[in-house]
Amino acid sequence: MKQVFKRPESLIDVPAHFCPGCHHGIIHRLVAEQIDQFGLREKTIGVASVGCSVFMYDYFDVDVLESPHGRAAAVATGVKRSRPDNFVFTYQGDGDLAAIGTAEIIHCANRGEQVTVIFVNNTVFGMTGGQMAPTTMPGQVTTTTPFGREVATAGYPIKMTEILATLGGTAYAARVAVCTPKHLMKAKKVLKTAFQYQLEGRGFAFVEFLSSCPTNWKMDSIRANQRVIDEMIPYFPLGVYKDVGAAAEPDSPADE
Amino acid sequence: MPDRKFVKGNEAIAMGAIEAGCRFYFGYPITPQNEIPEYMSAHLPGIGGTFIQAESEIASINMLLGAGATGARAMTSSSSPGISLKQEGISYMAGSQIPGVIVNMSRSGPGLGGISPSQGDYFQATRGGGHGDYRTIVLAPSTAQENYDLTMKAFDLADEYRNPVLILGDAMLGQIKEPVVLHPYQGKDYNQDWILTGCVGRRPRLIKSLYLSEGELTEHNWKLYQKYQSMKKDVMFEEFLLDDAKMIVTAFGSVARILKTSVKMARADKMQVGLFRPITLYPFPEAALRRISERIPSCLVVELSTGQMVEDVRLSVNDPTKVEFYGRPPGSIPSPNELLSEIKKAYEKLIGR
Repeated sequence: MKQVFKRPESLIDVPAHFCPGCHHGIIHRLVAEQIDQFGLREKTIGVASVGCSVFMYDYFDVDVLESPHGRAAAVATGVKRSRPDNFVFTYQGDGDLAAIGTAEIIHCANRGEQVTVIFVNNTVFGMTGGQMAPTTMPGQVTTTTPFGREVATAGYPIKMTEILATLGGTAYAARVAVCTPKHLMKAKKVLKTAFQYQLEGRGFAFVEFLSSCPTNWKMDSIRANQRVIDEMIPYFPLGVYKDVGAAAEPDSPADE
Repeated sequence: MPDRKFVKGNEAIAMGAIEAGCRFYFGYPITPQNEIPEYMSAHLPGIGGTFIQAESEIASINMLLGAGATGARAMTSSSSPGISLKQEGISYMAGSQIPGVIVNMSRSGPGLGGISPSQGDYFQATRGGGHGDYRTIVLAPSTAQENYDLTMKAFDLADEYRNPVLILGDAMLGQIKEPVVLHPYQGKDYNQDWILTGCVGRRPRLIKSLYLSEGELTEHNWKLYQKYQSMKKDVMFEEFLLDDAKMIVTAFGSVARILKTSVKMARADKMQVGLFRPITLYPFPEAALRRISERIPSCLVVELSTGQMVEDVRLSVNDPTKVEFYGRPPGSIPSPNELLSEIKKAYEKLIGR
């Protein structure tokens, strides 16, 4: 019988600790699938960041280096420059990448570092208990915006993909969601391109995932998924914001 | 005929690093250490190395962390305010046991301070500097030659202990120009069964500093403590005219060099003094100093600060009440005559004439 669905080899077979309805598990799987499909498990060095994302090292069956908070793009720069033949990716949340790590991500992109950045935006600091992130929506209630984010004093949700797309070193910048099967299929294609661009040495590749955080949003999984559609996508439109050129079709057999 | 070059102290550090196999340099401009990144930017590309002028000292130290985790010999340099910014990364490197060489050609503070020499970063360098219960090896050169030699040594120590190593110089040691005898690096191969290379034919490796499970972090910290204790076998110091001395004078780095002249002047003036110069500031040569102090209890400590190393001296010697201190805040450097008169004062007080 033909096996049509299985756990990616690059994903360790252990129960995930993520909260019910969290999108980290889905995004982990998508990334692991690409590592498998490009045959990169033994070539990959992952860079973990700080937040719920740090535990990627418990799930990805690849070499992993843990970075200080926000510095993953600089750490990945050091890794990739020293090991140019390895596949290097960072996995960072919005508290990490879009707040304390803004300088590092912008300059990593601008130098055109040959790394792939997975950016998980769930509009809150998740691990620390749901404080305001730079990506928190106007009016959104968090533990540090108990009356809702007031843009007059706390500013606006920051759009990292759009910002990075303006930089010369960025080869590929896209925003995707995984809240429905349709969005997920599109996300897979985008992620594949982001992997391929690094493998072809085209420059910096960035994929932003709009993600749910049911626990800190104080919603059930269904409502959290709906919030991604109703509130996040209108403010953070999905799409490819920069693409230096269509890549050759990759030689990967299973792209279902 | 030795290969002698007339170079700036900062250049000597860069030359020593390249000779020791350093092929990755990450930095950010700050006076008075700019000759280091400038030299690296000119010389690394031609030998297959990588120079990155980073967006900040924070990015530089994290690039060092990344390169170090792959087993590469890598270095960053800065001066005091920039070294403060690097402390986060140094703490993570210590916690993750990632080797790397960090050069501080220190200037005066606090804050933006000034660009003149200072020894006010002694505490920051020798007490870890960042958060957590950790130590870095600290090497304190006092000549351009030692800048060259100790930079090579720093890479060996970093690899041996899988730990960040600091070189603590200052503006004077960076800007001084003097002859340096070049010599080939003679290192050995260090264990690299922990580096990240992609998991070809082996289990994946993880390098981290986060330990959340019960007891795990305690065990990790004890392991680090044992390592810091074991560093004592690599302690370095210089003794000068101590055999018949009645009083020890001690200082490190550039001040020790000036003090050495004052010691010779004091000898000419019939004062039996000798110099003790710590070269490793961590581990501090406490056992050696204690042994000497059993024979020579009187001691004068001189620093270009209001007193930092003096605490380690008092913790080391047999009788802390016999330790005099002369320090002054940065702004200019003391002359040999100024230090001679301080030696005289201490000598008259502790020994009499």
